[in-house]
Amino acid sequence: MIKTKIFTKKLDKPDLYIAKKIRNAELLVIGCSAGGFAIIYNLVQNLPENFPLPVLIVIHRSPKYKSLIEEQLNLKGKMSVKMAEDKEQIQKGFVYFAPPDYHLLVESDGSLALDNSEPVHFCRPAIDVTFQSAADVYKDKVIAILLSGANEDGADGIAYVSELNGLTVVQDPDVAEVKTMPNAAIEKTNVDLILNNLQIEELMKNIDQVKNTTE
Amino acid sequence: MLSAKLISLEQVEDIIDLVRKVYGFDFGGYSRASLKRRIARVMQMKDFTLFDLKSQIINDSNFFEEFLIEVTVNVTEMFRDPEFFKSVRQKVIPYLSSYPRIKVWNAGCSSGEELYSFAILLADEKLYDRSFLYGTDINSVVLENAKKGIYDLKKMKQNTGNYIASGSKHSLANYYVALYGAVSIAESLKKNTLFSIHNLVSDGVFNEFQIISCRNVLIYFTVQLQERVLKLFYESLSPLGFLCLGSKEFLRNDELVRKFRVVDKNENIYQKIG
Repeated sequence: MIKTKIFTKKLDKPDLYIAKKIRNAELLVIGCSAGGFAIIYNLVQNLPENFPLPVLIVIHRSPKYKSLIEEQLNLKGKMSVKMAEDKEQIQKGFVYFAPPDYHLLVESDGSLALDNSEPVHFCRPAIDVTFQSAADVYKDKVIAILLSGANEDGADGIAYVSELNGLTVVQDPDVAEVKTMPNAAIEKTNVDLILNNLQIEELMKNIDQVKNTTE
Repeated sequence: MLSAKLISLEQVEDIIDLVRKVYGFDFGGYSRASLKRRIARVMQMKDFTLFDLKSQIINDSNFFEEFLIEVTVNVTEMFRDPEFFKSVRQKVIPYLSSYPRIKVWNAGCSSGEELYSFAILLADEKLYDRSFLYGTDINSVVLENAKKGIYDLKKMKQNTGNYIASGSKHSLANYYVALYGAVSIAESLKKNTLFSIHNLVSDGVFNEFQIISCRNVLIYFTVQLQERVLKLFYESLSPLGFLCLGSKEFLRNDELVRKFRVVDKNENIYQKIG
């Protein structure tokens, strides 16, 4: 039995329970807004080439300014990083970013879909939309991580992932640059893990170890 | 209550079956993830359970009209994506200016903002009198709004900004009359337009066009339906006609790719060459 070494701020959930969810997982979704870009950058850059889960990332960004985050991370990181395309099949080894001005959804055949409908919490892409849609398809096989941000987007998404028994992780508001988003999620849901930045990195390593040794 | 919990993906299939049986309207080619969100949104707005929703669909055709509007996405603005219109202005218009007749089809036109944007663009370039613009949609209610061409004055700031960013040297105010917190599209801009019902799922070719614009509609369809609609567009274009798609939409199969020349890769504008 592999034991996780993650230090949890809340200790009501045993490590074994977390380890089981990690072993079970098939998709990692991450959401962040103001104050979270640096962590995302760092996190993706350090993911190993054979990281066992495909990754979907939603960041709030304006379509008015061209962003090079996918290109840069694709060059610097070991995983393939790209902007998500409509009806593209989700693949292991890839990190997909939601394009600016589109919600990113998951279809039951394991493909991605884009949606240009009304913003949610003034955001398009919205973290809630992607988290909920991912949970609809992957059910309890989702790991959702919510980072720093200045509004309440993501809280409903985390609640839904939790409802469907996925693993919910929120950045510790004490270390988040902007606390609103993590706080909103923690208030709404009894989340599984509240982690600082180092622990989030640790979690990535753990996912890699757990999944790549059991498979 | 989280709206996502109101209906499951499996139950969405039941609604699709029901709508098909009662109204002959086929959502089978619609992307499920998006459809689920839209249906959940209606249920939340109306405070409906799944049972309520089904019984309303069966028993109230007025509700179904409303349902149709709410589940299809009607987000639009004038000169949306100004860079796209700039590209049309620079790369498509010069080509069309030699034509005696210019027919435009805006498929999935919703409340008409995009169609009037094309009309304004053609008027800017002094081509309007030779042009005719067709707007089609599946919703009769949004089409009525499109025909009226009356829009919220509050939106005109954004629209005007878009218009300027699209590279116009004129003033948008030339094309509308403002009154009582609303703007009304000028009659001179409406005279060569026609709005009518057309369903991309089931209807066919109805004319031949020099421009077809269908932006941010295909993303709500499955790949199979996207392919059907793209074929319909191909067959509806005149030789050397232009096809405009949304920035995240593309020609699905290699056969079609060979029949089009890329006019603008970023703005997704194509020209039929084969």
